[in-house]
Amino acid sequence: MHVDDPTADGANDPLVNGERIMRICNACRYCEGYCAVFPAMERRLQFTRSDLNYLANLCHDCGECYYACQYSPPHEFNVNVPKSFAEIRARTYRQYAWPAPLAAMFARNGLAVSLVLALMLVLALSAATLVLGKDLVAATPDPAGDFYRFMPHRVMAGVLGGVFLFVALALAMGFIRFWRDMGESLSEFTRPDALRRALGDVLTLKYLDGKGAGCTYPDERRSQARRWFHHLTFYGFALCFAATVVGTIYHYAFGWKAPYGYLSLPVVLGTSGGVGLLIGPAGLLWLKLRSDPQTSDPGQLGMDVAFIALLFATSLSGLALLALRDSSVCGLLLVVHLGVVSALFLTLPYGKAVHGIYRSAALVRCALEKSQPMPDAGLD
Amino acid sequence: MPGALQDCEVLVVGGGNAALCAALSARERGASVTLLESAPKAFRGGNSSHTRNLRCMHDAPTDLLTDAYPEQEYYGDLWRVTGGQTDEALARLTIRDSAACTRWMKAYGVRFQPALGGTLHLGRTNAFFLGGGKALVNEYYAAAQRLGIQVHYDAEVVDLAIDDGAFDHAVVCAGGEKRRIAARALVVASGGFESNLAWLRQAWGPAADNFLIRGTRYNMGKVLKVLIDRDAEKIGDPTQCHAVAIDARAPKFDGGIVTRIDCVSLGIVVNRDGERFYDEGEDFWPKRYAIWGRLVAQQPEQIAYCIIDSRAVGRFMPSVFPPFGADSIEGLASQLNLPAERVIETVRAFNQAVRPGRFDHAVLDDCRTRGLSPEKTHWARAIDAPPYYGYPLRPGITFTYLGVKVNERANVLMKNGSPSNIYAAGEIMAGNILGKGYLAGFGMTIGTVFGRIAGQEAAIHARR
Repeated sequence: MHVDDPTADGANDPLVNGERIMRICNACRYCEGYCAVFPAMERRLQFTRSDLNYLANLCHDCGECYYACQYSPPHEFNVNVPKSFAEIRARTYRQYAWPAPLAAMFARNGLAVSLVLALMLVLALSAATLVLGKDLVAATPDPAGDFYRFMPHRVMAGVLGGVFLFVALALAMGFIRFWRDMGESLSEFTRPDALRRALGDVLTLKYLDGKGAGCTYPDERRSQARRWFHHLTFYGFALCFAATVVGTIYHYAFGWKAPYGYLSLPVVLGTSGGVGLLIGPAGLLWLKLRSDPQTSDPGQLGMDVAFIALLFATSLSGLALLALRDSSVCGLLLVVHLGVVSALFLTLPYGKAVHGIYRSAALVRCALEKSQPMPDAGLD
Repeated sequence: MPGALQDCEVLVVGGGNAALCAALSARERGASVTLLESAPKAFRGGNSSHTRNLRCMHDAPTDLLTDAYPEQEYYGDLWRVTGGQTDEALARLTIRDSAACTRWMKAYGVRFQPALGGTLHLGRTNAFFLGGGKALVNEYYAAAQRLGIQVHYDAEVVDLAIDDGAFDHAVVCAGGEKRRIAARALVVASGGFESNLAWLRQAWGPAADNFLIRGTRYNMGKVLKVLIDRDAEKIGDPTQCHAVAIDARAPKFDGGIVTRIDCVSLGIVVNRDGERFYDEGEDFWPKRYAIWGRLVAQQPEQIAYCIIDSRAVGRFMPSVFPPFGADSIEGLASQLNLPAERVIETVRAFNQAVRPGRFDHAVLDDCRTRGLSPEKTHWARAIDAPPYYGYPLRPGITFTYLGVKVNERANVLMKNGSPSNIYAAGEIMAGNILGKGYLAGFGMTIGTVFGRIAGQEAAIHARR
């Protein structure tokens, strides 16, 4: 897939265009101080498909290299690393998806489909509770806010547990497919130095930080906004997940049954996480809608918005359930929340969420590479 | 265009590093400033967009530079590359003032990074811009906007009204209309004339048609020509330009850094007739690349071909264009459209003349030829390990030396000695200091130092 003419744009295959651009970048190297992508590029003289898949997932889409590029359009070399890599990433998401037939979901995981899925799950859960003989709209509100009135714990745990196990398996398989494509063995992944380094990069979003200056998103001016909104989203999600885990431990290990008090650990974790998961996704959406169309792949907007919307809806419905659990709409809110959460989880392996898996794995591989001496790639 | 063209105190003509440094410095001194960039916004910044570092004097390690690079050594380097063709007072002024540049640049948002891969030999002397010259230019334009400097793109100055050394107004072509803009002082920082193909042809003859321009297509030299016509004292020779050998497949303009070919010292270079014409291993490539533009320009049809074998692969910065390749010299010659018998004979004679030695590309090693004309004096290894690769070479012009003469206040000197309110910075006056040759990063140093001086002096003059 060599293109002799660097002005040819390899319009149909993002990998052909990506290879063309990397060859230009590797002969220039002005951007090597920005992020992990360019030093990783400099270790190579040629760019295979798996090299490009790796570099594209290592890219955090900060946009700095586009604005700094002496070859960005309208220059005839038409170098646009953020856009090219976004297109390659979208391709890898489909390529690594497991089970493979479900990769087709990436093509239609827009906002509408996600919301319809959530609605269908809500209806299915409602139907299930009705079949079980429960009345969703309680005539008499329960001041204790016991939601197992509407759905027995084992049903809830069974449905969500099953969803969770499937999702965990699908994500793990995606990771394995990515890692194999990189040509790395699984034992390499567990090297503690590299893992520690990559974990630090992930948890601090080092490559959106620009050494303190932030990144050029949503436009040419540098800002920390995206990094902070992402932190709120990620840590908000993590806290909500932790709340569920703590609740599960309470239930099975100690026999402490929900609902828990407002100052209990699961509720405090879930509430604080939920607030982050409202502000974070809202902020990310606000930034996304203002982002420079030059550096983004318009084909992915639907996928991004759907993920953001489900995260927001998860948090909103969860907080509403907490606030109104002693009211007559408790049962309704419960099935809505569980439906939205199920939709969020079921779409995780087939939507924007996978960026976290592949980017983290790329950072581990980058850390592994850094521990190796620089190969003979242009430096005598 | 943001707002109509307005008269101002300091008018800056040009939109690259020197112009921006002048505009910002004039604004620092309180002057109202208008900057006219002839290029559209997407191509603003002139050749500065293709740069990546500036050379700084320092007496002790700094946050950016290792060790020390004292004035005397810096001046010695300059003296060597120019063969003494420099104005010592202006050169020493530039060198001394370079020590304060990076701090001033950082205050306007310019960021720096360690020396780039492949340029470690510059880590002591040159400060590298994070993201390169376009990132620097972007920061300066953002600062200009913050500080209320009027910036106009697509605004080409076509004439200057100068009466006995006194600038009155400029005639600007913008939006299809000719307009006048008056100012109390003028800073010209509009670069050289290397994009003006007709002018190059005048200076170089028909050979100029085969030159490639490494930088902007907007350095037409119009303002330079007007100044010379209006009796500014000129400096330098129009036939002098800085030219390196670049890949012949590069675009006519703006190919920049990626079109360079860094493997000359690892192979041989033949002309259209398949003959070698110069010692490829005379010295380290960073010290020799700048003579190869002229060498290729002197060959028939201004073209040459660098030939290496598989042993050289991976030992030089990758080029943006993949090389032509073949399993035999004959096959390579036919790919390059060269007379096969001549190339085979040239390679055979070269291989036979190679003396045994210990190859080491990091030092001036003892691998050389004997009995060849011209000899290859270092890194000479037989070209006999297929596959063979070839890169076509053309002269690539970086900048021109012809300019206007200035004093230490960046004041443009008039032939009749009358005082002027015209100041110059950057490539248009670099010939005062750099009569010939080049030092990596020195163009940006001249632009920054003289841009700042020109801006300050123009503001002082305008507000007097």
